[in-house]
Amino acid sequence: MSEPSGDVLLEISDLSLVFRTSRGPIKALNGVSLNVRAGEIVGIVGESGCGKSVTMMAATRLLPKGSAHITAGGIRLFGNDPMKLSERELQHVRGKLVSTIFQEPMNALNPTRRIGEQIVEIIRRHQRLDAKAATSKAIGLLRDMLISEPERIMQAYPFELSGGMRQRVLIAMAFSCEPKLIIADEPTTALDVTVQALILSLIKHKAASTGTAVVFISHDMAVVSQLCDRLYVLYAGRVAEAGTTASVLAAPAHPYTRALIRCLPGLVAPKQPLEQILGTLPDLLDPPAGCLFKARCREADERCKAVPPLAAIGAARRAACWRRIEETQSA
Amino acid sequence: MPLISTILRRLVLLVFVVAGVAVVTFTISHLIPGDPAQLIAGDKASAETLAHVRQDLGLDKPVTQQFVIYVRQLLSGDLGQSLRTRRPVAGDIALFLPATLELGITALVMAIMIGVPLGVLSAIYKDGPIDQAARVVSVAGISMPVFWFGLALILLFYVKIPILPGSGRITLGIAAPVRITGFFLVDSLVAGNMKAFWSSLYHLVLPAFVLAFANLGIITRQIRASMLDVLQEDYVRTARANGLSRSAVILRHALPNALIPSVTLLGLAFGDLLYGAVLTETIFAWPGMGSYVVSSIQTLDFPAIMGFTIVASLGYVLINLAVDLTYMMLDPQIRELG
Repeated sequence: MSEPSGDVLLEISDLSLVFRTSRGPIKALNGVSLNVRAGEIVGIVGESGCGKSVTMMAATRLLPKGSAHITAGGIRLFGNDPMKLSERELQHVRGKLVSTIFQEPMNALNPTRRIGEQIVEIIRRHQRLDAKAATSKAIGLLRDMLISEPERIMQAYPFELSGGMRQRVLIAMAFSCEPKLIIADEPTTALDVTVQALILSLIKHKAASTGTAVVFISHDMAVVSQLCDRLYVLYAGRVAEAGTTASVLAAPAHPYTRALIRCLPGLVAPKQPLEQILGTLPDLLDPPAGCLFKARCREADERCKAVPPLAAIGAARRAACWRRIEETQSA
Repeated sequence: MPLISTILRRLVLLVFVVAGVAVVTFTISHLIPGDPAQLIAGDKASAETLAHVRQDLGLDKPVTQQFVIYVRQLLSGDLGQSLRTRRPVAGDIALFLPATLELGITALVMAIMIGVPLGVLSAIYKDGPIDQAARVVSVAGISMPVFWFGLALILLFYVKIPILPGSGRITLGIAAPVRITGFFLVDSLVAGNMKAFWSSLYHLVLPAFVLAFANLGIITRQIRASMLDVLQEDYVRTARANGLSRSAVILRHALPNALIPSVTLLGLAFGDLLYGAVLTETIFAWPGMGSYVVSSIQTLDFPAIMGFTIVASLGYVLINLAVDLTYMMLDPQIRELG
């Protein structure tokens, strides 16, 4: 199958990961495979708890080291296994090569330090710039984020800024060392809808102008569809479906993807009733055998007692559903 | 300006606190049984002598008039005359208080210098050997009585392995530094008298450590708990996700925020230290407020007790002010918004 060309920045293959808890291991990821190439915007979609953030935090080794354990598969981040990097090498990768924007802008900035200090600190950590050059670079980054009076914002403390303003500061911070890859983990979820659109366009334009690849994590199909070149739909720690955004939206292959699209007002044809996905995520302490979606699936049958592989179902399209796989084979 | 308004607010409060304390101490001292005149004149004094002493002390006047006189004296900084030492109470306090403050402040500095790093390390290496050891030290500090621990240390470092002095503020034979502040460490440094400085410092080690040890545990546990909270915060994750070094994440991003909830505790700890100083001073023959107050209570020396109570309440208000100012220093939100 054909996928966009370009250097592979991040390659996750068949990654399984458990969280050891007092109640037993939680199987958070069950064989996730995905890759991100230079310059593209990749979306990861799914409900809360389906493993989106865990996948990306595993890639940057930000998961708590005591409880998270990789049980199978591997990660290549810029050609290296992040699990094998030393603390110092890892610090070089984080910020300089890959940087993350998190969900909660309200708490993601240090409340006791000025905005300017926090951006300049990161710039000077990774680049040979003196304080003055780093400060003017930080001001330029804030201006790129359409922040008026960036000099004043540099002197402000986080509590003096709105959520949208803080998220713009965090985006500026993420782009500050010109990383090749930015992970945006639900960056607009905590914001007003009006601010959401601005934040999305800021990320999109800044990424396009710098050639930075973006992994955009969201539970919101509508947001992802505006932004991303390709999509991965995750369900219960497995990839349910993958493909270009246009083709997935036009013809969602996995019943879960279809359900995600149908429960969004903007993506359904007018006057059609919105649907809800019945049931909840399976208990990952003791996941059921076979397809993990079968309990909530209207099309489930006998075949779904076995785990469906993520198989090619067309050009640059893959899905983990027996029905689609058989349709493809018989076609 | 929140800074000036905080100081002004506290100073206004100070007036009310001191006034309240003055009323309460005056009332109590006149309500409880025991006749100071009798105590001074002695058991066998004649009625005539007693009356004379009463008149001398102003105890023959109506209570309301006595109170007016008392308040008038207070306002001029006169805490009255000690019945025991026959000297002005204010002078006595000025003589003994610096010794206690020197001991208390040294103990507080010690407790912070050991307790904060120990708390930070316990949080970073949670459940590791350092954390377990710190837990034992904390429980020991909280549960070992000062008089027992003090005596044990004297036995160990003064009697068995004589490396540290066990009593007094300075070696006999070395003249105390010329009195400026009453703090031997400060006065000897100002005078350039290094011999007195080292001797005073040497004498401070054991009593200050005993006093610090009791509060060390509380400080360690508090810092550990707030560090564990802060290390979970999103901004610590942001710092890590941007590749900052471990020391930058802990010292620049986590610790300053973890200190904020600990400031109140440090203020309380300082009050505790001054209170704990009474026992420590007795054990180490430290010529401070502790022994002065105990003797005053034993002899029903009302002016001394009342004077000390007022100075102590003043001290608490000032500690609270220091706590507020420290908050402002650490937390920009309080600094800018008040």
